[in-house]
Amino acid sequence: MFLYAPIVVLVVMSFNSGRSAYTFEGFSLEWYGELAGDERVMGGLVNTLIVAGGSTVIATVLGTMLAVGLARHSRSKVLDALAFMPAVLPDLVLAIGLLLFYGLIQLTLGLYSAVLAHALFSMAFVAAVVRTRLSGADSSLEEASRDLGAGPVTTFMRITLPQLAPGVIAGALLAFTLSLDEFVIAYFTIGNTEQTLPIVIYSMIRFGVTPKINALAAILLLVSFTAVIAGQRLTKIGERVPRAQD
Amino acid sequence: MLKIDGITRRFGDVTALDDVTLEIEQGEFFALLGPSGCGKTTLLRIIAGFETPDAGTVTLDGEDLLSRQPNRRPISLMFQSYALFPHMTVAKNVAYGLEQEKLPRAEIKQRVGEVLETVGLSELAGRKPHQLSGGQRQRVALARSIVKRPRLLLLDEPLSALDKKVRADMQLELKRLQNEVGITFVVVTHDQEEAMSLADRIAVFDRGRVCQVDEPVALYDRPRSRFVADFVGANNLFEGTAGAKDELETEDFGVLPGTPAEDVKQGDKALLAVRPEKIGLSQVSEDSETTEAAEGAEGTESSEVTGETGLKGTVVDVSFYGGVSHISVDVPGQPRHVLVAVQGASEVKPGAEVRLAWQAEEAVIIPVDQ
Repeated sequence: MFLYAPIVVLVVMSFNSGRSAYTFEGFSLEWYGELAGDERVMGGLVNTLIVAGGSTVIATVLGTMLAVGLARHSRSKVLDALAFMPAVLPDLVLAIGLLLFYGLIQLTLGLYSAVLAHALFSMAFVAAVVRTRLSGADSSLEEASRDLGAGPVTTFMRITLPQLAPGVIAGALLAFTLSLDEFVIAYFTIGNTEQTLPIVIYSMIRFGVTPKINALAAILLLVSFTAVIAGQRLTKIGERVPRAQD
Repeated sequence: MLKIDGITRRFGDVTALDDVTLEIEQGEFFALLGPSGCGKTTLLRIIAGFETPDAGTVTLDGEDLLSRQPNRRPISLMFQSYALFPHMTVAKNVAYGLEQEKLPRAEIKQRVGEVLETVGLSELAGRKPHQLSGGQRQRVALARSIVKRPRLLLLDEPLSALDKKVRADMQLELKRLQNEVGITFVVVTHDQEEAMSLADRIAVFDRGRVCQVDEPVALYDRPRSRFVADFVGANNLFEGTAGAKDELETEDFGVLPGTPAEDVKQGDKALLAVRPEKIGLSQVSEDSETTEAAEGAEGTESSEVTGETGLKGTVVDVSFYGGVSHISVDVPGQPRHVLVAVQGASEVKPGAEVRLAWQAEEAVIIPVDQ
């Protein structure tokens, strides 16, 4: 419970009518209103959504393919470990490495470089989630499909993917939430011209915590929570089917 | 029809299949029988296309099968787990194979309806697999396999997941279906009773090799190796040397009557195998050593049971199975108890002294495995 106290305080203070971030003076939505009028914040929000959305799409597709490839066509433990490396690598290391890499290939930084960077690390998470789902799936289903005359592509689309769907969706939501509030990698790879929401918050906070920031954080919290809960629900629904089949 | 020639498959140091050669005829119900780990499922997976052999060829009516992808072989495999698609209804599961052939919708619908009727599942077409019982699921798997009218249907342990009553029903059902659709069936099983009751011919596997291919009765009556004699049904085995004619010379029991197999020569080390139901059992009274009461075991307790012939032993255990009783007899010098089966209930009590005998034509003398 102790852990959640600061979060509760944050949410409560976001409705503060006064200027202070520490003393509650009365209920008001004025800070939320002010947020909507702040161009920097809104720009950051749009950027964040672009980065999170774009990287989620890339990470989900590639992560799923990675998981299927590793599970069905490889017995190498090293490859396995390498695939999940970005998930455990310190953000800072990954960020610096990516920055160096972008410099090396002379890519000008911008939104797309941040999208790629986020896709890279969330891909590892998607792959891990899908992989768990896959290890519970019965590979004889795919063989049965081949046996009945379906080619590898049809088999993947009609048999493998429906089996994996809950895992894929859960992985996508996880990728989205991770990207949403990611700061370090975004800060390093997005360049000088664009900012994501966490970067906006960071630069605002240098001038002190205001209820406006609290309001912003509360919104982020809401979005993350929704995604996480939806993800959990979906994984559970998916798990029930094969168990009932036994 | 299906020719398997010199198939060898190794997994690391383990040889799953060692130079297996078999020929299966059109319309036959063929069984691959063996204990688990003997390579029979590997062979099935090679025929279906999910394993590649290290050496050998498989041809279907003269056409090479091994170079074809599993989805391009005119063969269906019914999986041990049934492998029904959990996200599709029964009808969708059955239609899946036909949809791959790009048949017109109307024809698919008609054929699915027909096959569901054949297996008696028409009312359940809209259900999902997890809403079905084990027996029903098996019928769906079967329907899904035969709806494509394959030239060959492979069945991997088709009845192992069912309970005993359902199993007996499905056994009959399988035979009926095979007659009806006229497809060649190859079934893999570790259950010798299942193999004997279903199949026209049986190939017995041991450690990746084919030991014997025969019809069920021949396999039961004339096993050609120790493994087959021991694995197929219950058997009593005695070790010794093949004698002059129709006998086995043993160290502990003297001369035992039996018919030698073709490849047994006089003086060879050999085994005598006699089925429990072929042994005549007679009780010996303690004082006189003469035959007192004879147990009726298929009338074999004729001339040879009388007098001093036959093995002497002590009854260890009598178990009643309803139709038959099994009597375990401890014969001094024989490592395993000798098993005798008699019709109905037995009057012999544990501890009784008995004599065991059989006629030469009821026992076989087989060569000792190398």
